[in-house]
Amino acid sequence: MTATIVPPDTIEAEPARRTAQPIPTTRLVKVELRKMFNTRSGFWMLISIGVLSPISAGSLLVLGLNSDVTYQNFVRASGFPMSVILPIIAILAVTGEWSQRSGLTTFTLVPSRGRVIGAKAIATLLVGLGAVSVAFAVGALGNVAGSALAGVDTAWDISLSMALQMMLYNLVGMAFGFALGVVLRNSAAAIVGYFVASLVMPGILALLAQVRSWFEDLQPWIDWHYTQVALLDGATNTVKEWAMLGSTTMIWIVLPLVIGLLSLRRSEVK
Amino acid sequence: MILVDQLTKRYGRYTAVDSISFSVRPGRVTGFLGPNGAGKSTTMRVMVGLTVPTSGTATINGEQFADLPNPGLEVGVLLDASAQHAGRTGREILTIAADTMGLPRRRVDEMLELVSLTPSEAKRRVRNYSLGMRQRLGIGTALLGDPRVLILDEPANGLDPAGIRWMRDLLTGFASQGGTVLLSSHLLHEIEVIADDLVVIGNGKIVASGSKEELLAAAGTLVRSTSPRDLAHALERAGIPSTLAGDGSVRTDADPARVGAVALTAGIALTELGSAEGTGLEDMFLSLTADTQREGVAA
Repeated sequence: MTATIVPPDTIEAEPARRTAQPIPTTRLVKVELRKMFNTRSGFWMLISIGVLSPISAGSLLVLGLNSDVTYQNFVRASGFPMSVILPIIAILAVTGEWSQRSGLTTFTLVPSRGRVIGAKAIATLLVGLGAVSVAFAVGALGNVAGSALAGVDTAWDISLSMALQMMLYNLVGMAFGFALGVVLRNSAAAIVGYFVASLVMPGILALLAQVRSWFEDLQPWIDWHYTQVALLDGATNTVKEWAMLGSTTMIWIVLPLVIGLLSLRRSEVK
Repeated sequence: MILVDQLTKRYGRYTAVDSISFSVRPGRVTGFLGPNGAGKSTTMRVMVGLTVPTSGTATINGEQFADLPNPGLEVGVLLDASAQHAGRTGREILTIAADTMGLPRRRVDEMLELVSLTPSEAKRRVRNYSLGMRQRLGIGTALLGDPRVLILDEPANGLDPAGIRWMRDLLTGFASQGGTVLLSSHLLHEIEVIADDLVVIGNGKIVASGSKEELLAAAGTLVRSTSPRDLAHALERAGIPSTLAGDGSVRTDADPARVGAVALTAGIALTELGSAEGTGLEDMFLSLTADTQREGVAA
C-alpha cells in the first residue's frame, strides 16, 4: 500500500478550540423530561395515566352511591392509578441508563453524573406535580358531573392542607421509587423492590406491631406505608406526625439516595 | 491530541491496564489493536471518564474529559453501538443527544443522511435495528457535535462492505482535515488500510506503537521474481537471510531498497517488491501478542 502521509510536524498544531459553554441545567432537565416519555414504556405509562384516571373517576359515577359523590372521592379515584404508575416512572427514569445501557451515551455527553441525576430528580418532580394537578382537575370534572347526575349538592370537601398532603403523598412515592432506582440501578430489581416495600412490608410490620407491643409505638416512625396512608388521608397534622414522616423519609428515601449517589458517582458505567 | 500517561486500572487483584502510555496525534488515524480482553475498551472508557483509573491520566487536548464543558462538541465517542435504549427510535436518540449539546434539530436530519439511515428506519425503535444500523446510528451520534477528536471502539463491527468502505473514507477525510481519530478493531485488514499509526496492546501492556510504516518495516520485505530460487541465492550471497515460500515469494528482514539493489546486481527481474504489509500486520499482531493470545498461536 502506498499512502502519502502528511509529515506530522506540519499539522501538529491543534485547530483553535471552540469556546464551548457549559451545558445549562434547564437544558438537562428538558432532555430528561423528554427521555422519560420518548421510550415505548414511558409513552405507554403516560397514556395509561391519561386513560386510567378518567376511567377510574368515571367508574365512581357509574358504580358509586350518591353519598360517594364528593370531591375527595373523585380525586382519590382519579389519583389511584397515578399512585401506582408515578413511582415506576421515577424508577425507570434512573434505571434505564443502566438496564438499557443508554448511560454510556448520557454520561459521555454530560460527565458530571451528579448533574444528570439532579436533572432527573427535577424532571421527576415536575412530572409528579403535573400528574397530581391532572388528578385534581379530573376529580373536579367528575365531581361536577357526578353531583349534577345524582342531583345532589356539589361537595368540595378537600382543604388546602389535605390537598397539599395528597400531593406530597404522590411525590414521596416517586421519591422512594427514585431512591430505589439510584441505589439499585436495575429496572427489574427496583420495581420489585418498590412493590415489596409498598405491598408486602406493611403487612409484616403491622403484624409485628400486633404481636409485639413495644413495636407498636415504633412502627409509625419506621413504617413507610404508615406515614403514606396518613398523608393520603390528610391526617398528618401534628408536629409529631410530621416528625414521623420525616423519620420514615430519612430511612426509606434520604439514606438509600445518599448511599446510591456515593457509589453511582464513581462506579463504572458499562 | 490524546495523551495517555502511565495509565493503570486494576479490578481487585486483576490488572486490566498496566501503566500504559501513548499518544494519538491530530491529522492521523490511530489504530488500537489487541486481542480480546487486552484492555482496549477499558482504556477507551477511562479516556471518556466512564471508568475511574487506579492511577495515571488520560487527557484530550490537555484536559481531562470530565472537565470539558460540553464534551460532545469536542470529542465524538462510540464505545458500544448496542448500548442504547431499545425502546427509543433512532431519530429520538439523535434528538436527545443534539438537545443535550444544544445543537439545532436540523443536525439530526443531517446526521441521518450522513450515516444513510432512511427516514422510515429512523422512525423504528432501536430494538429492531441490525448491528450495522446501530453502528451507523452510533457513528451519527459521535459526529453530531462536529467534534475534532473521535474515539471509536470497533466501529466497523457489523457494517456491510459498502458501510466499511464508507466509514474508511469518512475517517480518512476527518483526519485529513486535522481531526484526531483513535479506533480499535479486530479487523486487521481494516486497520491496515485506514490507520497511519498503530498502538498494539496485549495483557494490558503496550507491546508496540508507532507509525504503520515503521512497524511494518520491521515485518520485512516481500519480493517476487520469475526466478525466486536465483533471487534467494543472490540474497544469500549478499549476506541477506531470506525464506522462500511455497507460493514463490521471498521474504526477508532487509528493507526493500537493499533487496532491489541486490536483484539489480544479480540481473534478476522482479515482479513485485514491497514491504511485507499484505500479511505483515497479521503476522506482527500475532507475534507481538503471542503471549497473550488465547489460542497460543506460535509466533
